[in-house]
Amino acid sequence: MQESLRRNVFVRELLSENQTLRLFIITALIFVAFSLLLGERFFSVRNLQSMAVQFPEFGILAFAILITMLTGGIDLSIVGAANLSAIVAALILTRLSGDGGAGVPLAATIPLAMVAALAVASLCGLFNGFLVSRIGITPILATLGTGSLYTGLSYVITGGPAITTTQLAFIGNGTIAGVPIPVIVFIVLAIVFAVMLNRTSFGFNVYMLGTNPRAALFSGIHNERVLMRTYWLAGLVAGIAGIIFLARANSAKPDYGATFILLTVLIAILGGVRYTGGFGTVSGLVLSVLSIQFLSTGLNMLMLQLSGSSAAIFFRQFAWGALLLLVMVVNYYVEQRRQRST
Amino acid sequence: MSDAIVRLSGIYKSFAGVKALQDVSLTIEQGRIHCLVGENGCGKSTLIKIIAGVYPRDSGSVVINGKEYEDLHPIDSIREGIQIIYQDFSLFPNLTVAENIALNEELAAGRRFVNWRHVRRVAEEAIAQLEVHLPLDARVEEMSVANKQLIAIAKALRQNARLIVMDEPTSALTEREIRRLFTVIRRLRERGGIAFLFVSHKLNEVLEIAETITVMRNGQVVSSGPAEAYDTARLVFEMTGQRIAEKAYDYTPDLRSPALLRVERLSVPGALHDVSFELRAHEIVGVTGLLGSGRTELALALFGLLPIASGQIYIDEQPVTIHSVQDAIRHGVGYVPEDRLTEGLFLEQSIGRNIVVRTIDRLRNRFGLIEPKQVAQQVNDWISSLRIKVADPALPVKTLSGGNQQRVVVAKWLASNPRLMILNGPTMGVDVGSKNEIHELIKKLARDGMGLLVISDDIPELLQTCNRILLMRNGTIVEEILPRATNENELAAKLIED
Repeated sequence: MQESLRRNVFVRELLSENQTLRLFIITALIFVAFSLLLGERFFSVRNLQSMAVQFPEFGILAFAILITMLTGGIDLSIVGAANLSAIVAALILTRLSGDGGAGVPLAATIPLAMVAALAVASLCGLFNGFLVSRIGITPILATLGTGSLYTGLSYVITGGPAITTTQLAFIGNGTIAGVPIPVIVFIVLAIVFAVMLNRTSFGFNVYMLGTNPRAALFSGIHNERVLMRTYWLAGLVAGIAGIIFLARANSAKPDYGATFILLTVLIAILGGVRYTGGFGTVSGLVLSVLSIQFLSTGLNMLMLQLSGSSAAIFFRQFAWGALLLLVMVVNYYVEQRRQRST
Repeated sequence: MSDAIVRLSGIYKSFAGVKALQDVSLTIEQGRIHCLVGENGCGKSTLIKIIAGVYPRDSGSVVINGKEYEDLHPIDSIREGIQIIYQDFSLFPNLTVAENIALNEELAAGRRFVNWRHVRRVAEEAIAQLEVHLPLDARVEEMSVANKQLIAIAKALRQNARLIVMDEPTSALTEREIRRLFTVIRRLRERGGIAFLFVSHKLNEVLEIAETITVMRNGQVVSSGPAEAYDTARLVFEMTGQRIAEKAYDYTPDLRSPALLRVERLSVPGALHDVSFELRAHEIVGVTGLLGSGRTELALALFGLLPIASGQIYIDEQPVTIHSVQDAIRHGVGYVPEDRLTEGLFLEQSIGRNIVVRTIDRLRNRFGLIEPKQVAQQVNDWISSLRIKVADPALPVKTLSGGNQQRVVVAKWLASNPRLMILNGPTMGVDVGSKNEIHELIKKLARDGMGLLVISDDIPELLQTCNRILLMRNGTIVEEILPRATNENELAAKLIED
């Protein structure tokens, strides 16, 4: 009995308690599998570099989903907010320093454009926070609405076409010590979020509020304030992502990254963030971002090899949806097992 | 031998290394009313869940109706006629009484369309068996707790119950409703030969209804036998392993000293009107009254959760406004809420996090970051000073028994050094042993200078812990009672008086 008990505990930990280890193994397996299947096309310095510049775009956005999901909510407006802030930044850059612009030196325009982008994104986030915490609208509906609102605003501002500017390309294509700048931004955000969630009272309160808002109220946690800050942070993260969008694509447009919402939700769920709130870690999220990038690139190459056509892009859509559902189903069974054994 | 519905022998079960059941044997015979008593955390609920097939056992044998089950699943248990009525009744609040009783078998019969006439007839029959009156078309959420319970019994009967297990069935019932429940139980046992396993820690009720009694303590069966062999003293002794005599809290406040809390003509529309009272340091003031008398509303108003329409609150004789929980906390008020599970605890979070949630701001280092060492230190200090029984503070708080959970809620507040604590139902769903320890804790806090407001309808509790008792009725205080000038019967009579 003693022996079986010990084994049981071990199996259980591997299954659910030690989620990070489990994810690490999954991520490594995906990487090894594609390396074996695709050989040098996947496992090469060039491909690694190409993947490294792709994942920060959605990887950064995933932090916004993480923090809102931890409070038991979600922010579906992040892509809308990111594009809106990218457009504001692009407008400032082109009008002030572009060809035929006001001729303001770039050294002044670039910081101004970034601050403006972050300010717009903050306002977007605060508006979400206001709707969720003060008015009490369900986050999924509130942010579905504001997401459409922000995208609509972008269309009004641009009139439809993209605003092109290469002035931030040095961020999108640049490297520091060989590491692409977007990757550095992603790493810095990961560290900031990890410290914030684990070591600040705000982070602590996010987890508690997400577990039981009523008990949080009765324990003196300022629920409204915590939610306000959460959605503001999500907005800010969207603004940072917006700047990266602009820097990478050299243009800003209202409908960029339409698939990122599904993708970031998938990343959060795959990374072990509980959508009902209260549970989830930065390490899980980061591993999940990596495995999604490996899957994305690997599947693309595989499809191209098999069909030789660009149908791969449609298949990827399908694969993300299927994977999200699969992970939820697996989580359901793992949870059931856990409940039966504790 | 063949008369036994359930025969358990040598059952062992542990959770995360904590032994919940050790060598438990239990035989439930046909058509008998069997009471299972024991303190919270003694293993009663675990045992029920093993009978229901919800938890797998670690070892031991389960024989139901003569058939041995290696691996019992909930569906096997239901098929054998075992019906469990949990405290939440598992009913659909938005469906009608008739639908709740009959829909299960409509589904089981695999019908695609519901035959409403059939549903009604089935429900009528089931209720007729109970010989009670229930409105078939009313929605369940509109029914009282007692009626929900009867609906759950009727539903169990329709599923050919031969053994009905009831978990703490009387905890939310009035005296009259308890009588009615007992009548129904006795009738079903006599006419239908249905056996009952009645899980409770209200000893007088157990002694009244039981034919067989099994007492559990610390995961083991300590005694079992015919009810005639037991009286209250023996039950208490068997449950706790010691005889308990509580000393009343006798304290005469100095009326000239300034009051810690003074409430003047406090009113909340529809809940409270003209409530006035004082509370001094070292005092334990009881607030009692029936449900809806305003006792909980008074606590919520003092804690900033109910907007006050008129009246004034003074703390240390200074007028204060309390509009939010934060205001209340700033003035040194702590509140242990009525519903531990939804208001007091973050069930899924660790025991440790639940303890430090109020004080996390103070456990930071000079960089403003939370210091894990300080957190662990505080958690361990409270676990040992309140003697909370914990296998590992990192486990979710929901793994603790009721008494230990309540201590976690108390620890959470004590950690923030309140000067005034409001405890609403401090020992609800808590076993005898823990109850006494919580009472002792309350008295100690008062001796150390705190002022406490204890809201309760547990009469012995009020008499043993409070130096004054305020009786509430219809949203106002109608009488102030001194425990030494009254007794249990008199206070009970006053409580239910209209």
